[in-house]
Amino acid sequence: MDSISTETKPGLIAGIRTSGAFHKLLAFSGLIALLVVFSLASPNFMQTQNVLAILQATSVNGVLAIAATLVIITGGIDLSVGTLMTFCAVIAGVILTFLGLPLPLGVLGAILAGTAAGLVSGTIIAKLKVPPFIATLGMMLILKGLSLVISGTRPIYFNDTPGFTQIAQGSLIGSIIPALPVPNGVLILFLVAAVISFILGKTALGRYTFALGSNEEAVRLSGVNVDRWKIAVYALAGSVCGVAGLLIASRLNSAQPALGQGYELDAIAAVVIGGTSLSGGRGTVLGTLIGALIISVLANGLRILSVAQEWQTVVTGCIIILAVYADILRRRNL
Amino acid sequence: MSALVEMVDIDKSFPGVRALNKAKFELLAGEVHALMGENGAGKSTLMKILSGVYQRDAGSILLDGQAVDIASPRQAQDMGIGIIHQELALMRDLTAAQNIFIGREPRRMGGLLLDEAALNAQAATIFASMNLKLDPRVQVGGLTIARQQMVEIAKALSYKSRVLIMDEPTAALNDAEINELFAIIGRLKAEGVGIVYISHKMDELKRIADRVTVMRDGEYVGTVPAATTPIETIISMMVGRTLSNETPAFPDVSAAPVALDVRGLRRGREIRDVSFSVRKGEILGLAGLMGAGRTEVARAIFGADPIEAGEVFVNGEQVRISAPQDAVRAGIGYLSEDRKHFGLATGLDVRNNIALASLSRFTGPAGVLRESAMRDTAQGYIRQLAIKTPSDSQEARLLSGGNQQKVVIAKWLLRDCEVLIFDEPTRGIDVGAKSEIYKLLNALAAQGRAIIVISSELPEILRLSHRIAVMCEGRLTGFLPGGASQEDIMRLATMRPSAVAETEPNRKTA
Repeated sequence: MDSISTETKPGLIAGIRTSGAFHKLLAFSGLIALLVVFSLASPNFMQTQNVLAILQATSVNGVLAIAATLVIITGGIDLSVGTLMTFCAVIAGVILTFLGLPLPLGVLGAILAGTAAGLVSGTIIAKLKVPPFIATLGMMLILKGLSLVISGTRPIYFNDTPGFTQIAQGSLIGSIIPALPVPNGVLILFLVAAVISFILGKTALGRYTFALGSNEEAVRLSGVNVDRWKIAVYALAGSVCGVAGLLIASRLNSAQPALGQGYELDAIAAVVIGGTSLSGGRGTVLGTLIGALIISVLANGLRILSVAQEWQTVVTGCIIILAVYADILRRRNL
Repeated sequence: MSALVEMVDIDKSFPGVRALNKAKFELLAGEVHALMGENGAGKSTLMKILSGVYQRDAGSILLDGQAVDIASPRQAQDMGIGIIHQELALMRDLTAAQNIFIGREPRRMGGLLLDEAALNAQAATIFASMNLKLDPRVQVGGLTIARQQMVEIAKALSYKSRVLIMDEPTAALNDAEINELFAIIGRLKAEGVGIVYISHKMDELKRIADRVTVMRDGEYVGTVPAATTPIETIISMMVGRTLSNETPAFPDVSAAPVALDVRGLRRGREIRDVSFSVRKGEILGLAGLMGAGRTEVARAIFGADPIEAGEVFVNGEQVRISAPQDAVRAGIGYLSEDRKHFGLATGLDVRNNIALASLSRFTGPAGVLRESAMRDTAQGYIRQLAIKTPSDSQEARLLSGGNQQKVVIAKWLLRDCEVLIFDEPTRGIDVGAKSEIYKLLNALAAQGRAIIVISSELPEILRLSHRIAVMCEGRLTGFLPGGASQEDIMRLATMRPSAVAETEPNRKTA
């Protein structure tokens, strides 16, 4: 190994520079700084209950942001994650409340609905060559409309399915360790993060996700069926949106068909703050997770400090711009 | 013995261009077959058809005497046809090993997971067989062009191809790397692999090729043995006539005032202390291999990229250029190598493209554009430069490459640029239109404009330049008078000050 010249050696600096770890570090230190500031400003902030509330509040946006991360690494964008989440929740409502089928079928149906919608988006993008922005903008409206049509524009309640609220609000960990009542929603967020991280890092699907964002033409010239893998990525992202749909429905004990639009922007914000490049080829689930946490911590902390909701939005906007600017500075300097 | 590959009467058209017309090609096992022709002759198109990137319109392909259809790159690979593309087709964010095995990653756990260890080990084996010292885990985006090229070659080797197509593989390599590559080619040849070798470098043909097939304007010209055919014969086959040896008469501009003077330009490893000047009426050729820093210098002068140090004087007065608008104000125009991306608003019509850099001149009170004045000006240039377009309201993207280039030239002429920098002015332009562009450049110089031409094609540099500056690895390695020999240019273009320093440590530990 010692014969390798410095140019080719993946040294510490080079490794950090290229893997985006530096940005994660930056986002991570940003998160730590926020935690320190808020805990100094208010003694209530670091209470177990508040920390769990922050995590629970992160769960839906976190899962959605992970779905968005997958698509953004391919160099695409998915504007439909928010309304797809709602659509999946409505499908769960149809299966459980309208049809009265058992809970596992509702869970499965919601996730499969997400997969199917992702397949459709992916096919439109890969086969019909419609740009991702337009294709998913169309899907966003289609899914929003379908949710309203299917539900008859009224919320669908899950009162007849008693276990349903447990999906997000119960606490498996709490039932084993009563001192640590981590809600299942948080558990599911971390589970999804782990699974997607694993897929990105260890499987062919993950490899092609990065390869597509890096140089799609090169992947095609390598003899890889680019269309099929691209569709697969959107389908996987759709499935993850299905999970988010279950989480939000479980937390609200209802599928709210009018909800969902706007969630995609929060998700994309988390992805960007987490250091994933919108031009594709680069990104991590961990970064996205940190990005989602920063958004929730900000919202929670500012609320505890009695800052008005309007100003919270302003601050989040500033953070997004700052995070990307920091990334640009980093690239220029190294 | 039937040929390994036989391509017969291949036709291929793209919108507006007939790329191949009854082209043919034959490759034997264990042979290095050079494919030659000027840019636009159809070599790359023919090989892209053989490697499944393009589909032929007519004709047949025989592999081992059997007619085949090659529908995709994947299918070509399965048939044992590998290609190293001229434009590097690598994924910058992936590692060298990941690039090599994209689409064929070794798996474990019943195919569920990628076997990264096996991947890196297999890549290391290939690198070892190439005598290449490279960590398979290094990210490709951080490698030099030469090393990226080596990764491409490793990738092609990994397919265990029976047919290996190399499209200008040595364009970015230095002498030592070229020797390394030729050794690998020799080994493959001995194993019975048929190698198609596309190159412009005559000396390379003599070194490694067995036969040479020449193409011109998309048509087959002939096939000759490499060893016994004089280079002059091959060149005359390529250009379709015997080249007269007369050197073009270059005007004497030594008394003309200096239009552009660049002193001590620097930026990191890309531009290292570059100084030169161009006189009014002079065409300065900027030669060098891929990655030598020619485009970087041009973009730096133009203010498109930042510099660390350096001064620019126009007509003897120092100008501060920190953005392209400063350069344009000082009378410097830059025609980029990638017209579609940087030079031309392809969606706009010819009129607006010509006026684009001078819109303020056509702005009336209240900011309204005076379309009739713009139309008259555009039509004037269309006549003057003989731009072939149905009208000035034709969208620029519908014009041929040569006419698009003329539109860009018109844009800068309208802007009254005294100094014009042409970066690969004839890339993607067919042979006929090329000579028109050459005439235009000569005419512009005769009008007293100072012109810098960057070109990777030595014949182009030699034909146009009154004086030639040669770069290597960010440094100006020397100036040559117009009409210098290709060998002189290549010698300066491969004068690598860092070559010694880079190979030394390797040798010690290897």
